[in-house]
Amino acid sequence: MMKNKMKKSKSNSALFAAFPHTLPIMAGFLFLGMSYGIYMHSKGFSFLYPMLMSITVFAGSMEFAAVNLLLGAFDPLQAFLMTLMVNARHLFYGISLLDKYRGAGIKKLYLIFGLCDESFSINCSVTPPENVNKNKFMFFVTLLNQCYWVTGATLGGIFGNFIFFNTEGIEFVMTAMFVVIFLENWLKEKNHLSSLLGLFIPAFCLVLFGKNGYIIPAMLIIVATLILLKPYFTKREAKVKK
Amino acid sequence: MTVTEHIITIGVIALGTMLTRFLPFIVFPADKPTPKFITYLGKYLPPAIFGFLVIYCLKDVSLISGSYGLPELISIISVVLLHIWKRQMLLSIAGGTVIYMLLVQLVF
Repeated sequence: MMKNKMKKSKSNSALFAAFPHTLPIMAGFLFLGMSYGIYMHSKGFSFLYPMLMSITVFAGSMEFAAVNLLLGAFDPLQAFLMTLMVNARHLFYGISLLDKYRGAGIKKLYLIFGLCDESFSINCSVTPPENVNKNKFMFFVTLLNQCYWVTGATLGGIFGNFIFFNTEGIEFVMTAMFVVIFLENWLKEKNHLSSLLGLFIPAFCLVLFGKNGYIIPAMLIIVATLILLKPYFTKREAKVKK
Repeated sequence: MTVTEHIITIGVIALGTMLTRFLPFIVFPADKPTPKFITYLGKYLPPAIFGFLVIYCLKDVSLISGSYGLPELISIISVVLLHIWKRQMLLSIAGGTVIYMLLVQLVF
Protein backbone atom coordinates (compact mmCIF):
# COMPACT_ATOMS: atom_id res chain seq x y z
CA MET A 1 0.00 0.00 0.00
CA MET A 2 2.82 2.30 0.95
CA LYS A 3 4.37 1.62 -2.42
CA ASN A 4 1.09 2.38 -4.13
CA LYS A 5 0.84 5.67 -2.35
CA MET A 6 4.34 6.64 -3.33
CA LYS A 7 3.61 5.76 -6.90
CA LYS A 8 0.56 7.96 -6.82
CA SER A 9 2.40 10.93 -5.36
CA LYS A 10 4.99 10.58 -8.11
CA SER A 11 2.24 10.72 -10.72
CA ASN A 12 0.90 13.84 -9.07
CA SER A 13 4.29 15.51 -9.03
CA ALA A 14 4.67 14.81 -12.76
CA LEU A 15 1.26 16.35 -13.35
CA PHE A 16 2.15 19.42 -11.29
CA ALA A 17 5.51 19.75 -13.03
CA ALA A 18 3.87 19.49 -16.45
CA PHE A 19 0.95 21.85 -15.83
CA PRO A 20 2.76 25.25 -15.84
CA HIS A 21 4.43 24.40 -19.14
CA THR A 22 1.02 23.81 -20.71
CA LEU A 23 -0.57 27.09 -19.52
CA PRO A 24 0.07 29.04 -22.73
CA ILE A 25 -1.32 26.09 -24.64
CA MET A 26 -4.38 26.08 -22.43
CA ALA A 27 -5.05 29.69 -23.44
CA GLY A 28 -4.30 29.02 -27.10
CA PHE A 29 -6.12 25.72 -27.43
CA LEU A 30 -9.24 26.76 -25.55
CA PHE A 31 -9.49 29.74 -27.86
CA LEU A 32 -8.56 28.00 -31.11
CA GLY A 33 -10.58 24.91 -30.19
CA MET A 34 -13.59 27.11 -29.53
CA SER A 35 -13.12 28.91 -32.84
CA TYR A 36 -13.06 25.53 -34.51
CA GLY A 37 -16.20 24.36 -32.68
CA ILE A 38 -17.99 27.62 -33.53
CA TYR A 39 -16.95 27.25 -37.16
CA MET A 40 -18.37 23.71 -37.33
CA HIS A 41 -21.52 24.89 -35.56
CA SER A 42 -21.96 27.66 -38.14
CA LYS A 43 -21.75 25.04 -40.90
CA GLY A 44 -24.60 23.15 -39.29
CA PHE A 45 -22.72 20.32 -37.53
CA SER A 46 -23.66 19.04 -34.08
CA PHE A 47 -21.08 19.58 -31.29
CA LEU A 48 -20.47 15.82 -31.48
CA TYR A 49 -18.48 16.40 -34.68
CA PRO A 50 -15.83 18.78 -33.31
CA MET A 51 -15.72 16.67 -30.15
CA LEU A 52 -15.22 13.40 -32.01
CA MET A 53 -12.65 14.90 -34.36
CA SER A 54 -10.61 16.51 -31.63
CA ILE A 55 -10.52 13.20 -29.78
CA THR A 56 -9.63 11.00 -32.76
CA VAL A 57 -7.72 13.28 -35.14
CA PHE A 58 -6.28 15.92 -32.78
CA ALA A 59 -4.47 17.93 -35.46
CA GLY A 60 -5.83 21.47 -35.54
CA SER A 61 -5.10 22.58 -39.09
CA MET A 62 -6.42 19.31 -40.52
CA GLU A 63 -9.59 19.55 -38.45
CA PHE A 64 -10.28 22.97 -39.91
CA ALA A 65 -9.56 21.68 -43.41
CA ALA A 66 -11.84 18.69 -42.79
CA VAL A 67 -14.90 20.93 -42.46
CA ASN A 68 -14.82 21.61 -46.20
CA LEU A 69 -14.19 17.95 -46.98
CA LEU A 70 -17.27 17.00 -44.94
CA LEU A 71 -19.36 19.57 -46.78
CA GLY A 72 -18.21 18.38 -50.21
CA ALA A 73 -18.83 15.15 -52.10
CA PHE A 74 -17.85 11.85 -50.47
CA ASP A 75 -14.23 11.18 -51.45
CA PRO A 76 -12.24 9.27 -48.82
CA LEU A 77 -9.13 8.92 -51.02
CA GLN A 78 -8.88 12.68 -51.46
CA ALA A 79 -9.40 13.13 -47.72
CA PHE A 80 -6.64 10.61 -46.99
CA LEU A 81 -4.10 12.18 -49.38
CA MET A 82 -4.85 15.67 -48.16
CA THR A 83 -4.35 14.51 -44.56
CA LEU A 84 -0.93 13.08 -45.44
CA MET A 85 0.10 16.37 -47.06
CA VAL A 86 -1.11 18.62 -44.25
CA ASN A 87 0.32 16.42 -41.51
CA ALA A 88 3.59 15.34 -43.13
CA ARG A 89 5.48 17.49 -40.64
CA HIS A 90 4.68 14.91 -37.94
CA LEU A 91 7.20 12.59 -39.62
CA PHE A 92 9.97 14.99 -38.68
CA TYR A 93 8.71 15.30 -35.10
CA GLY A 94 8.78 11.51 -34.83
CA ILE A 95 12.37 11.33 -36.07
CA SER A 96 13.39 13.98 -33.53
CA LEU A 97 11.68 12.15 -30.68
CA LEU A 98 12.75 8.56 -31.42
CA ASP A 99 15.27 8.70 -28.63
CA LYS A 100 13.22 10.66 -26.08
CA TYR A 101 10.19 8.40 -26.36
CA ARG A 102 12.30 5.24 -26.18
CA GLY A 103 11.54 3.27 -23.04
CA ALA A 104 8.25 5.04 -22.27
CA GLY A 105 6.48 1.64 -22.28
CA ILE A 106 2.76 1.61 -22.85
CA LYS A 107 2.62 5.40 -22.47
CA LYS A 108 4.57 5.65 -25.70
CA LEU A 109 1.45 4.72 -27.68
CA TYR A 110 -0.41 7.73 -26.34
CA LEU A 111 2.65 10.00 -26.61
CA ILE A 112 2.76 9.22 -30.34
CA PHE A 113 -1.02 9.36 -30.76
CA GLY A 114 -1.16 12.85 -29.22
CA LEU A 115 1.97 14.25 -30.90
CA CYS A 116 0.93 17.76 -31.93
CA ASP A 117 3.13 20.82 -32.68
CA GLU A 118 2.82 22.11 -29.13
CA SER A 119 3.45 18.83 -27.29
CA PHE A 120 6.40 18.22 -29.59
CA SER A 121 7.93 21.58 -28.70
CA ILE A 122 7.53 21.12 -24.96
CA ASN A 123 8.60 17.49 -24.82
CA CYS A 124 11.55 18.23 -27.05
CA SER A 125 12.81 21.31 -25.23
CA VAL A 126 11.91 20.97 -21.54
CA THR A 127 13.92 18.87 -19.09
CA PRO A 128 11.63 17.94 -16.18
CA PRO A 129 12.92 18.40 -12.59
CA GLU A 130 15.10 15.55 -11.32
CA ASN A 131 12.57 14.03 -8.91
CA VAL A 132 9.96 13.77 -11.65
CA ASN A 133 9.56 10.76 -13.93
CA LYS A 134 10.37 11.97 -17.43
CA ASN A 135 7.90 9.66 -19.18
CA LYS A 136 5.04 10.66 -16.90
CA PHE A 137 5.91 14.31 -17.40
CA MET A 138 5.75 13.99 -21.19
CA PHE A 139 2.57 11.92 -20.89
CA PHE A 140 0.81 14.64 -18.88
CA VAL A 141 2.01 17.41 -21.20
CA THR A 142 0.43 15.52 -24.11
CA LEU A 143 -2.74 14.62 -22.22
CA LEU A 144 -3.35 18.12 -20.80
CA ASN A 145 -2.89 19.65 -24.24
CA GLN A 146 -5.41 17.31 -25.80
CA CYS A 147 -7.89 17.94 -22.96
CA TYR A 148 -7.70 21.69 -23.62
CA TRP A 149 -8.33 21.19 -27.32
CA VAL A 150 -11.24 18.78 -26.84
CA THR A 151 -12.80 21.06 -24.21
CA GLY A 152 -12.49 24.12 -26.43
CA ALA A 153 -13.84 22.39 -29.54
CA THR A 154 -16.78 20.89 -27.67
CA LEU A 155 -17.70 24.14 -25.91
CA GLY A 156 -17.49 26.02 -29.20
CA GLY A 157 -19.69 23.42 -30.82
CA ILE A 158 -22.29 23.66 -28.06
CA PHE A 159 -22.43 27.41 -27.56
CA GLY A 160 -21.92 28.50 -31.16
CA ASN A 161 -21.54 32.22 -31.47
CA PHE A 162 -21.62 33.02 -27.79
CA ILE A 163 -18.66 35.37 -27.31
CA PHE A 164 -18.08 37.28 -24.11
CA PHE A 165 -15.26 39.73 -24.89
CA ASN A 166 -13.25 40.98 -27.82
CA THR A 167 -10.87 38.14 -28.46
CA GLU A 168 -9.37 39.49 -31.66
CA GLY A 169 -5.68 38.70 -31.72
CA ILE A 170 -5.68 36.11 -28.94
CA GLU A 171 -4.45 33.49 -31.41
CA PHE A 172 -1.07 35.23 -31.18
CA VAL A 173 -0.50 33.26 -27.96
CA MET A 174 0.65 30.33 -30.11
CA THR A 175 3.09 32.47 -32.11
CA ALA A 176 4.44 33.97 -28.88
CA MET A 177 4.92 30.49 -27.44
CA PHE A 178 6.86 29.21 -30.44
CA VAL A 179 8.99 32.38 -30.43
CA VAL A 180 9.85 31.78 -26.77
CA ILE A 181 10.65 28.10 -27.35
CA PHE A 182 12.85 29.06 -30.29
CA LEU A 183 14.58 31.78 -28.27
CA GLU A 184 15.04 29.60 -25.19
CA ASN A 185 16.76 26.99 -27.37
CA TRP A 186 18.80 29.71 -29.09
CA LEU A 187 20.10 30.97 -25.74
CA LYS A 188 21.11 27.45 -24.74
CA GLU A 189 22.72 26.17 -27.95
CA LYS A 190 26.33 26.79 -28.92
CA ASN A 191 25.81 26.74 -32.67
CA HIS A 192 22.89 28.56 -34.25
CA LEU A 193 23.15 27.15 -37.75
CA SER A 194 20.23 24.71 -37.49
CA SER A 195 18.00 27.38 -35.87
CA LEU A 196 18.83 29.83 -38.64
CA LEU A 197 18.12 27.26 -41.34
CA GLY A 198 14.75 26.65 -39.67
CA LEU A 199 13.87 30.34 -39.98
CA PHE A 200 15.25 31.14 -43.42
CA ILE A 201 14.40 28.05 -45.45
CA PRO A 202 10.65 28.09 -44.60
CA ALA A 203 10.51 31.89 -45.03
CA PHE A 204 12.16 31.57 -48.43
CA CYS A 205 9.83 28.70 -49.45
CA LEU A 206 6.82 30.64 -48.23
CA VAL A 207 7.67 33.51 -50.58
CA LEU A 208 8.45 31.12 -53.42
CA PHE A 209 5.60 28.58 -53.14
CA GLY A 210 2.90 30.46 -51.24
CA LYS A 211 1.26 29.45 -47.97
CA ASN A 212 -0.60 26.45 -49.36
CA GLY A 213 2.38 24.63 -50.80
CA TYR A 214 5.48 25.66 -48.89
CA ILE A 215 5.51 23.18 -46.00
CA ILE A 216 6.73 20.07 -47.77
CA PRO A 217 9.45 21.74 -49.87
CA ALA A 218 10.61 23.62 -46.76
CA MET A 219 10.85 20.39 -44.74
CA LEU A 220 12.65 18.57 -47.53
CA ILE A 221 15.16 21.39 -48.07
CA ILE A 222 15.84 21.56 -44.32
CA VAL A 223 16.54 17.83 -44.19
CA ALA A 224 18.63 17.91 -47.37
CA THR A 225 20.69 20.83 -46.06
CA LEU A 226 21.25 19.10 -42.72
CA ILE A 227 22.39 15.97 -44.55
CA LEU A 228 24.82 18.02 -46.64
CA LEU A 229 26.10 19.68 -43.46
CA LYS A 230 26.62 16.40 -41.61
CA PRO A 231 30.43 16.46 -42.03
CA TYR A 232 30.49 20.02 -40.65
CA PHE A 233 28.34 19.22 -37.61
CA THR A 234 30.15 15.95 -36.88
CA LYS A 235 33.50 17.73 -37.04
CA ARG A 236 32.30 20.46 -34.69
CA GLU A 237 30.98 17.91 -32.27
CA ALA A 238 34.31 16.09 -32.21
CA LYS A 239 36.07 19.41 -31.53
CA VAL A 240 33.74 20.27 -28.64
CA LYS A 241 34.30 16.83 -27.09
CA LYS A 242 38.07 17.31 -27.14
CA MET B 1 -22.96 13.18 -47.43
CA THR B 2 -24.78 10.85 -45.09
CA VAL B 3 -23.76 10.42 -41.46
CA THR B 4 -22.10 7.10 -42.34
CA GLU B 5 -20.07 8.85 -45.03
CA HIS B 6 -19.13 11.54 -42.50
CA ILE B 7 -17.92 8.90 -40.10
CA ILE B 8 -15.90 7.15 -42.82
CA THR B 9 -14.33 10.48 -43.86
CA ILE B 10 -13.42 11.33 -40.26
CA GLY B 11 -12.05 7.80 -39.81
CA VAL B 12 -9.86 8.15 -42.89
CA ILE B 13 -8.55 11.53 -41.67
CA ALA B 14 -7.78 10.05 -38.26
CA LEU B 15 -6.03 7.11 -39.91
CA GLY B 16 -3.94 9.37 -42.19
CA THR B 17 -2.95 11.55 -39.23
CA MET B 18 -1.94 8.55 -37.15
CA LEU B 19 0.11 7.22 -40.04
CA THR B 20 2.16 10.43 -40.09
CA ARG B 21 2.66 10.18 -36.32
CA PHE B 22 3.43 6.49 -35.97
CA LEU B 23 5.46 5.88 -39.14
CA PRO B 24 8.90 6.97 -37.84
CA PHE B 25 8.46 4.81 -34.72
CA ILE B 26 7.38 1.81 -36.82
CA VAL B 27 10.21 2.17 -39.34
CA PHE B 28 12.82 2.68 -36.59
CA PRO B 29 11.69 0.48 -33.68
CA ALA B 30 13.20 1.09 -30.24
CA ASP B 31 14.64 -2.42 -29.87
CA LYS B 32 16.78 -2.14 -33.01
CA PRO B 33 19.67 0.28 -33.42
CA THR B 34 18.55 3.38 -35.31
CA PRO B 35 20.69 4.21 -38.36
CA LYS B 36 23.40 6.75 -37.45
CA PHE B 37 22.09 9.12 -40.05
CA ILE B 38 18.59 9.19 -38.51
CA THR B 39 20.07 9.73 -35.03
CA TYR B 40 22.03 12.64 -36.49
CA LEU B 41 18.85 14.14 -37.95
CA GLY B 42 17.00 13.56 -34.67
CA LYS B 43 19.65 15.64 -32.94
CA TYR B 44 19.97 18.54 -35.37
CA LEU B 45 16.38 18.81 -36.65
CA PRO B 46 14.64 20.20 -33.51
CA PRO B 47 16.19 23.71 -33.57
CA ALA B 48 15.26 23.99 -37.24
CA ILE B 49 11.71 22.79 -36.50
CA PHE B 50 11.33 25.41 -33.75
CA GLY B 51 12.19 28.03 -36.37
CA PHE B 52 9.87 26.38 -38.86
CA LEU B 53 6.99 26.61 -36.37
CA VAL B 54 7.54 30.34 -35.87
CA ILE B 55 7.29 30.90 -39.64
CA TYR B 56 4.32 28.51 -39.77
CA CYS B 57 2.41 30.75 -37.34
CA LEU B 58 3.21 33.78 -39.50
CA LYS B 59 2.24 32.26 -42.84
CA ASP B 60 -0.98 34.30 -43.11
CA VAL B 61 0.74 37.63 -42.47
CA SER B 62 1.05 39.85 -45.54
CA LEU B 63 4.01 42.20 -45.75
CA ILE B 64 2.65 44.11 -48.73
CA SER B 65 -0.94 44.82 -47.65
CA GLY B 66 -3.11 45.41 -44.57
CA SER B 67 -0.94 46.40 -41.63
CA TYR B 68 2.26 45.17 -43.36
CA GLY B 69 3.01 42.68 -40.60
CA LEU B 70 3.78 45.52 -38.18
CA PRO B 71 1.66 44.27 -35.24
CA GLU B 72 3.36 40.86 -35.55
CA LEU B 73 6.83 42.41 -35.79
CA ILE B 74 6.31 44.73 -32.80
CA SER B 75 4.82 41.94 -30.70
CA ILE B 76 7.56 39.45 -31.53
CA ILE B 77 10.22 42.03 -30.64
CA SER B 78 8.39 42.60 -27.34
CA VAL B 79 8.32 38.85 -26.65
CA VAL B 80 12.04 38.57 -27.34
CA LEU B 81 12.96 41.59 -25.19
CA LEU B 82 10.68 40.52 -22.34
CA HIS B 83 12.15 37.05 -22.45
CA ILE B 84 15.77 38.20 -22.50
CA TRP B 85 15.01 40.61 -19.66
CA LYS B 86 13.07 38.35 -17.26
CA ARG B 87 13.50 34.87 -18.75
CA GLN B 88 9.97 34.00 -17.54
CA MET B 89 8.27 31.96 -20.22
CA LEU B 90 4.67 32.72 -19.21
CA LEU B 91 5.34 36.42 -18.74
CA SER B 92 6.93 36.72 -22.20
CA ILE B 93 4.05 34.87 -23.85
CA ALA B 94 1.27 36.67 -21.99
CA GLY B 95 2.95 40.07 -22.41
CA GLY B 96 3.45 39.61 -26.13
CA THR B 97 -0.12 38.41 -26.64
CA VAL B 98 -1.63 41.35 -24.75
CA ILE B 99 0.49 43.78 -26.77
CA TYR B 100 -0.61 42.08 -29.98
CA MET B 101 -4.30 42.18 -28.98
CA LEU B 102 -4.08 45.87 -28.10
CA LEU B 103 -2.33 46.60 -31.39
CA VAL B 104 -4.83 44.81 -33.64
CA GLN B 105 -7.86 46.00 -31.69
CA LEU B 106 -6.94 49.63 -31.05
CA VAL B 107 -4.11 50.73 -33.30
CA PHE B 108 -4.21 48.93 -36.64
